This record gives sequence, C-alpha cells and structure tokens, in this order.
Amino acid sequence: MSQKKEGVRFSGTPEQEAELKKVIAELKDTKGALMPILQKAQDIYGYLPIEVQTMISDETGIPLEKIYGVSTFYSQFSLQPKGQYRISVCLGTACYVKGSGEIFKKLEEILGITNGQCTPDGKFSLDSCRCVGACGLAPVMMINDEVYGRLTVDDIPGILAKY
Amino acid sequence: MADITLKINGRTVTAPAGSTILEAARLAHIEIPTLCFLKEINEIGACRICVVKVKGARSLVASCVYPVNEGMEVWTNTPEVLESRKKTLQLLLSNHDRKCLSCVRSANCELQALCRELGVDDEGFYDGSRTPSEIDASAAHMIRDNSKCILCRRCVAVCENVQGIGVIGPNHRGFSTAIGSAFGMDLGETSCVSCGQCIAVCPTGALQEKDFTGQVFDAIADPNKHVIVQTAPAVRAALGEEFGYPIGTNVEGKMVAALRALGFDKVFDTDFSADLTIMEEAHEFLDRVKNGGTLPLITSCSPGWIKYCEHYFPDMTENLSSCKSPQQMFGAIAKSYYAEKAGIDPKDIVCVSVMPCTAKKFEIGRDNQAANGVPDVDIALTTRELARMIRKAGIKFTTLPDEAYDEPLGLSTGAATIFGATGGVMEAALRTAVETLTGEELPSVDFTEVRGIAGIKEATYHVAGMDVKVAVASGLGNARELLNRVKSGEAEYHFIEIMGCPGGCVNGGGQPQQPGPIRNTVDIRALRAKVLYDSDKANTIRKSHENPAIKELYATYLGEPGSSRAHHLLHTTYVKRRINEI
Repeated sequence: MSQKKEGVRFSGTPEQEAELKKVIAELKDTKGALMPILQKAQDIYGYLPIEVQTMISDETGIPLEKIYGVSTFYSQFSLQPKGQYRISVCLGTACYVKGSGEIFKKLEEILGITNGQCTPDGKFSLDSCRCVGACGLAPVMMINDEVYGRLTVDDIPGILAKY
Repeated sequence: MADITLKINGRTVTAPAGSTILEAARLAHIEIPTLCFLKEINEIGACRICVVKVKGARSLVASCVYPVNEGMEVWTNTPEVLESRKKTLQLLLSNHDRKCLSCVRSANCELQALCRELGVDDEGFYDGSRTPSEIDASAAHMIRDNSKCILCRRCVAVCENVQGIGVIGPNHRGFSTAIGSAFGMDLGETSCVSCGQCIAVCPTGALQEKDFTGQVFDAIADPNKHVIVQTAPAVRAALGEEFGYPIGTNVEGKMVAALRALGFDKVFDTDFSADLTIMEEAHEFLDRVKNGGTLPLITSCSPGWIKYCEHYFPDMTENLSSCKSPQQMFGAIAKSYYAEKAGIDPKDIVCVSVMPCTAKKFEIGRDNQAANGVPDVDIALTTRELARMIRKAGIKFTTLPDEAYDEPLGLSTGAATIFGATGGVMEAALRTAVETLTGEELPSVDFTEVRGIAGIKEATYHVAGMDVKVAVASGLGNARELLNRVKSGEAEYHFIEIMGCPGGCVNGGGQPQQPGPIRNTVDIRALRAKVLYDSDKANTIRKSHENPAIKELYATYLGEPGSSRAHHLLHTTYVKRRINEI
C-alpha cells in the first residue's frame, strides 16, 4: 500500500532545499555518491521523507526506488521525523524480561504510533533501543535525555502528561 | 587470452580465461542448475542454487560468478553440494505460496522444475513466519504477487540495467525484504512503462500479465457480438514455443486455424495495419522533410517506448510520429471501413488483439484511441494468453492444418512482417519512402544495415540527392543513450526507430517465457527474428504500398495518406509526464 501521503506533513524551508542542492551538486558525479548525499540530507532535514528523496532523485537521476531501497536498508536512515520529545524504550534483554514490551505497547496505544513513527502534531516520536546502560533500573525508557526507570505500565500516562 | 586448464568432477577441461565455473562446466557438457542468474543482466550470485565445491575454498562457491583459475579442482554434484541446493530450495519454499495447482506458471516454473530435479517436495520443512505481502494489480498490464517472489532480483535488474527505468527494487532488509516501488507506491503510480520485461524474466508466478482470456471467451459466446481478432507479426514467431516447437518456428498457419477453432468471427492480421502504418508514417516523414517539420521523426509503434518518451524525454514528444500503432490503426479501420463494408454496427464489434506485448494493454485505454466513438481495440491479449486459451479450449495445436487469414484485413506484405524485429519498421518505411521520393523501383528491398540484434544501429542512405541519416534502437536503455546523443548534438538523424524491448517485439514482454538456462545459452531474439525475415523473403509482395488491400482502402475510403479522414482515424496525440510524480 502506498505510504506516499502518510505521516507528518513535510515543512522544508527554501534554505534547506538550497543546502541540499549544493550538497548534491558537489557529490553527484562521484561514484557511490548516494550514501553521503542521504547522510547529509538527513543532517539537513532530520529525516528522509518522499519530498527529500524525490529532490535527490530529480537532481541526480538516480531512480527514486533505488534511493528508497537504500534508505530502508540501513537503520541509520529514518523516513519519519523525530518528535520534539524523542521516546526510546529499551527492549534489551534485562528490560524485556522486566516487562518493557508491555511499556512499549502502552506507549503505542496512547500515542497512536508505532516503532519509528512520530505523532501527527510532531510532539512525540517512539523508538525501541537496545540497552541504555541502566539495567539496574530495568525496565527503562528515555525521553530526550531524561531517564525513567523501574517503570510500570500505569506510570506511563502520568509521565507523558508532563510534556 | 590463453585457456585455463582445470578439473571438473575429476576430468581435465579447458576454458577461456575469465570464464566462470558455470561457463567452463557448460563447455564440458555439465549443466549446473541456476535460478537468479541471467547472463549479462543479473550476475549477482544471490540464490546459491549454482553452488559447487572448489578445492581449498572454505565454503561452497556460487559458480555463476566464480572465475576459473589454472589448476583449480571443482566438483559440481557431490552429496554436500546436492544437499546444499536442496536446503536452499526448502528455505525458499518456506516463504513461498505453494499453490502450484492453480499457478499460471505451473509446469513452466523454474523453481518448480528445480524442486522436481532435486527431489524437494512441498512438505513445508522450514515453515514458520511468512513475509507479509499484498497483490498489486494497480497497473493496466500486470499483477505482482510477492507471495510467490523468491527475491532473485531478475525483474529489478532488467528494469534498471536493461531498460534504464528502475521503478522496482528490494526495499527494507532481511526477512522483511520485498520487491516493490518507492514508499510502497503501487506500480500504476510510478513511471513504469508497461514493457513487461520483468514478467518475461520472472522464474516463478510472482509476475504475470493481467489475464483477459475470460472476457474473450465470454465475447465469443455472445451471439450479439461480432468478435474479430488481429495478430501481431511477432506472435507467429513465438507461439509455437508454448506447444513444444523449437524456438524460431513459424506457426502462422496453425495459429490462424486455432483462432478460427476458438470461434472468432474473423481472423485478421495486424500485418495489414502495419502496412497502413508505413503508408502514413512514410508520408509523415516526407512531409516533415519537405516542409521543415520536427526532425528526427521517431516511430510510434511501441507503446512502452511511447510512455517512456513521455516520462523521460517529454521535450521530444513532438518528434514522435503522430501515427497510431498498427494495433490501434487496425481497430480504427475495423470499426469504420470494415464495419461499413460488412454492414455491422461498430458497437457490436469486439476487437481483440494478440500481441507479444504487455504495454498494448495500457495502450488500448489511452486518450485519442477511440476514433469511432468506441475503443479502437477492446481487449489486448499476450501471446501467452492466446496459448492459454488454445489449451483451455482443448484445441490440438500441433495437429491443426495450416489456414490463411480472412480478407481484406488479413492481407499483408513482407514489409509488415518484419515490424516485429528491431530495424523492421525502419526497413519497411525506407522501402516505401525511397520509392515515393525517387519515383523509381528499388533495385533491392533489403536494407541490411538496420537488421540484427545490436542495441543501436545507424545507417546513411543516399536518396534523390539527399543523405538520409537513420538510427535504430531497441531496449529503453539503448533508446536513452541514442536520444542523449541527439540532444547533445553529438549525432544527427532524420529518422529514428525505437522499440521498447531489446531486439524488438519478438522479445516482447508478452512472449512465451523461456527459462534462464535457455536464455543464457541461445539468443531467442535472433532465432525469432529470423522467422520474420524468412517470411519477408518468401513473400511475393515486400513493399507496403504494393499491398492490394491497402491500395483499395485508400482508393475507396481514405483518399490519400495524411488525408483528413486518415488523420481522424489513424493518428493520435501524446502527453508530457514526469519521472517522479508525488
């Protein structure tokens, strides 16, 4: 099914577009230019939506599908923007056995988004991660740089309400 | 380069340096099974079916990409090798929809054939999760069913590397990998040109044309419908393959008999309207040359090429001949001239075409392809669909007598027959254009410079004091290269023929599928094209303007080529499209 129109509305600026076009002009004739172009594009926009990938395709002549294939292969690339508040839930072994899977499900339920996505208002994004180095506090989640440990499912609404 | 000596299965063999183990084995009369491998198209060593044991190598190696070395020792069929191939097939089957009984490719499936050879049944040895997939039927011409995809990437390679389009590719990673279009777009939303080359190379039932055989059976069964059929030149050169004939067998007579047996009211020939196309196109060419029209003139018979031009060279659509393709010209004449002659209301005529092409399914629904208020052509079938109908109807194809086409729309010349091969339209047009220009009979009708399966061909002919420069390209990657030369000013031509598929219609996306091992060892394009050139040679009339049925059509109905009635019926328009439409 087409995901063309899904997700947060694109709001790129003319400055961002000019910067991306400059990057492409510098790199486009070198072999293997696609990866560095995608990395720079993600630096500029924070993510790689269809609008950005189409700009890259139009400027380089690389088929859009090829760009999309690369951007969905490497986990370093995100097709969804990150929210103002980036939630990451540890699904590593220690947290998982302590029930972080349930925490994650609760967040999905409340926010109406799934792994890697961002709420339509751009406020929260949700990601799973592997170990934040606080296994003693399992199960753990982070919202931006704030760590929340020894969580229960019932804690979640209250924590989200703070943001 | 010097030959390499190596041992395969204990026997000493030699092979040219640079050969792969697969090639060296073939020279020694040993066939190593392959699945993803397609020579010069998909050489990626991905599927691991062709693995062999090499002395000193730490694991089995993919023979399709592994080069031979001096003194190398190779084993192609040890128990370890056979077991590995078997396990690969079992793993492929674990994520494969094993509905072989109803699959369009059953008995013609490369995966099924390998399973049979290696003794792998469908017991579901490694069954577990399956990669989720949906059927994509959004395009006018085809269906993708990824539940039968084995991720060999042949379709991806032919789309991107041969045709230069690249609207499909592997997305996501690992077990989630699926072939599809960017951002999950349906194929119908992309710049896919409907050439069907992906279907032609698919080893399984994951890709197939949209099947309209049911509609044709229904139309034939309807007593109120007058159902006529036309067959493209290239169909007779390949249909026999579906019934066990060697590649390169002309089955025109049996095909006509089979169509009559199926119950079509009239069996006509697209060759007739190919001759008509030449009359109009040669006239258009001479008109553009004399009156300073847009040059080079580019042929418009191939609907895959037309859509490609609209997406990728929108600034060159003025160069396209305004002539409809022979398929569409046939329909327009059938529902006007023929309808009047036969006293049938065009609304009661069902015009069916049998084409080597999948883009023809897209073409029948284009704008300005309904000259008589009804679609010129109602249903476009592929060669494969016709074979399916013949089998379904229980017609014993091989024992049929040879029969001849009905008149008048079944009468054609050698010039029309060669339309099905790259260079054929150019040659046919030259035969008529040169005689029209000089007013003299050609000493020889053979323009051999534009024949052959080379991707790009060029020639210059001195005609009536003018150097006429022509070029021919087949396959859209070659078309792009040629047009870029024209755009940059590097090359200049008066007349260009482009066919969307490599080798032309004989290798169209609707032709019988030949498995990888055949495609890798024989050139099906050349074998099928030879049928058409032999047929041209054997024909007593070899110039379109000498076709008596065409002469009568102009004398009694159309007037002159390019007349206003001819324009209304036989010419069309194009649109400008973008590559990425978001």
